[in-house]
Amino acid sequence: MKRETELTLNRPIAALNFLLTLAVTFLGLLAITFLIGRVVPIDPVLAVVGDRASTETYEAVRLQMGLDDPLIVQFARYVWQVMQGDLGMSVSTGRAVSEDLGRVFPATLEMATLGIIIGVTIGVPMGVFAAARQGKWVDQVIRVIGLAGYAIPAFWLGLVGLVIFYANLRWVGGPGRIDLFLDGMVPPRSGLLLIDSAIDGNWEAFRSALSHIILPATILGFFALAYIARMTRSFMLEQLSQEFITTARVKGVPERLILWRHAFRPIWIQLITVIGLSYAGLLEGSVMIETVFSWPGIGNYLTTALLNADMNAVLGATLVIGAVFVGINKGSDALYRLLDPRARA
Amino acid sequence: MITRDWLLSDDPETRMQARLGQGYRLARALLRNPLAMVGLAIILLLLLVAMFAPLLAPYSPIQGDLANRLQPPSATHWMGTDELGRDILSRIIFGARITLMIVLLVAIIAAPLGLLIGTVAGYFGGWVDRILMGLTDIFLSLPRLIMALAFVAALGPGIENAVIAIAITAWPVYARIARAEVLTFRKAEFLDAVRMQGASSMRIITLHVMPLCMSSTIVRVTLDMAGIILTAAGLGFLGLGAQPPLPEWGAMISRGRSFILDQWWVATMPGFAIVVVSLGFCLFGDGLRDVLDPKQRARE
Repeated sequence: MKRETELTLNRPIAALNFLLTLAVTFLGLLAITFLIGRVVPIDPVLAVVGDRASTETYEAVRLQMGLDDPLIVQFARYVWQVMQGDLGMSVSTGRAVSEDLGRVFPATLEMATLGIIIGVTIGVPMGVFAAARQGKWVDQVIRVIGLAGYAIPAFWLGLVGLVIFYANLRWVGGPGRIDLFLDGMVPPRSGLLLIDSAIDGNWEAFRSALSHIILPATILGFFALAYIARMTRSFMLEQLSQEFITTARVKGVPERLILWRHAFRPIWIQLITVIGLSYAGLLEGSVMIETVFSWPGIGNYLTTALLNADMNAVLGATLVIGAVFVGINKGSDALYRLLDPRARA
Repeated sequence: MITRDWLLSDDPETRMQARLGQGYRLARALLRNPLAMVGLAIILLLLLVAMFAPLLAPYSPIQGDLANRLQPPSATHWMGTDELGRDILSRIIFGARITLMIVLLVAIIAAPLGLLIGTVAGYFGGWVDRILMGLTDIFLSLPRLIMALAFVAALGPGIENAVIAIAITAWPVYARIARAEVLTFRKAEFLDAVRMQGASSMRIITLHVMPLCMSSTIVRVTLDMAGIILTAAGLGFLGLGAQPPLPEWGAMISRGRSFILDQWWVATMPGFAIVVVSLGFCLFGDGLRDVLDPKQRARE
């Protein structure tokens, strides 16, 4: 009886606590982008009035932009604008940054999602097998892959992949999302080319899109796989050393059942956090991969904006990637707490 | 005379003997780990190459020979030449200096900063702890590469700014680790003893608390080196880190990208250097962790 009341009492408090940390983290993110925007050597007033404006015009615009207000007031205004979805105008595209980001985000989402699917479907079984055959060659292979995931620069692997699989073997499509002659042929519905072309029944476009996405997604998936396999392995080893596994073995339960039913079942909740972490990591890692593959996603948008000194676009993209990253991380953490009774105590 | 028994003595007579003995035990434990030795060999190689770059490099890293541009790897140019006819091997050799400098600078800025914040938070506790760790957690939960990109965007491209940007995103991990370490001994009697002798908080933190957090910080820094190298190379690749004609590895890959399909070696060769050096730090860091800080391994 006491336990129940504790649970019902704890849930709302925990939820409140979670929302509070989330809000504080977002506020911190906003503070950082705001401060970065303030220290930039580009004078925001000059960017509006041009360098031939008179001192009076300059002053008037400066007042109009609210740049003489105290920092805290300016920050509050900034937060208010961002909450309304106003990230300013992009100098290089001439459109609102939020509109630009909405257009490029699906491309990143598509690539990262395919990447995490590859990472999970290969990484989890690999980790399980490595734990089952600890010290054998499968285990060694996973160790090497894990190290490679730490030591290989993603952008370099992308270039090497292009040389081998695109230039020499001709197995995959080159840079970009789809062959040039098919570009714009698929009516955008979800913004995810694979899904849109399938809905449209345009299988030529689907094949082309698939041949373009498969290499960057596999490379992203490789980095996810390295991490997921390593974590799965260590969770599994922890389970396999427990007494209930020995009991099952003594009872003569087949090894396959022991692995997947007895040992794997308790760890899938822990795996959610790991998968969430690596999914968020992929969104970040896609910045480099997108640059290499000229993938028209948010990472490419960010790096292009960086080179054009388009600060509104840089900060907007940073803010969105950061917010999604934080959201996925904290969300998977909360999900873990919700699903695993041991973490609640 | 320094003998094995003197080093391994259970009751050392001087502080120096105790320290040497501890160092000897650590070295012995590390020597038993072959992978850590491979890592150490790579790091030493990097150091030597960086030190003797002018002697080792067969050609100038900056001056090219336009008649010999984009030559494939051969006996005269082991790794080929780039679009300005510069020898890629020589550039990689000189690039070792840049990589080493970046890694060291980031470590020198980020580790003490994190150590200071973590130890102060852990030692004082209460509101100081809450504010400092709140700040740390915010930084920890943000994507590091993206934040580094944004900071470089604000500071302007260049190798110094890349170092600052990476350091700003690297310190929170050290702060977390140091704080966790301090919490295990903040109520210990030796701290009470120093306090009763009238030592200031500043003195206690720098002379008595920080040294105890050193080994876990060193382990973490070594493990982070690979990530720092990759981030620096990434910034160079995007044109935000080291600027041409500096032979920074990431920037070299970026230049080679234009001819990647026909002259693959220009972009590929510097990548191998990055992989080997990062791997070296990973392996050595792993070995160091097993020796210095076995607890950390258990936690992961």
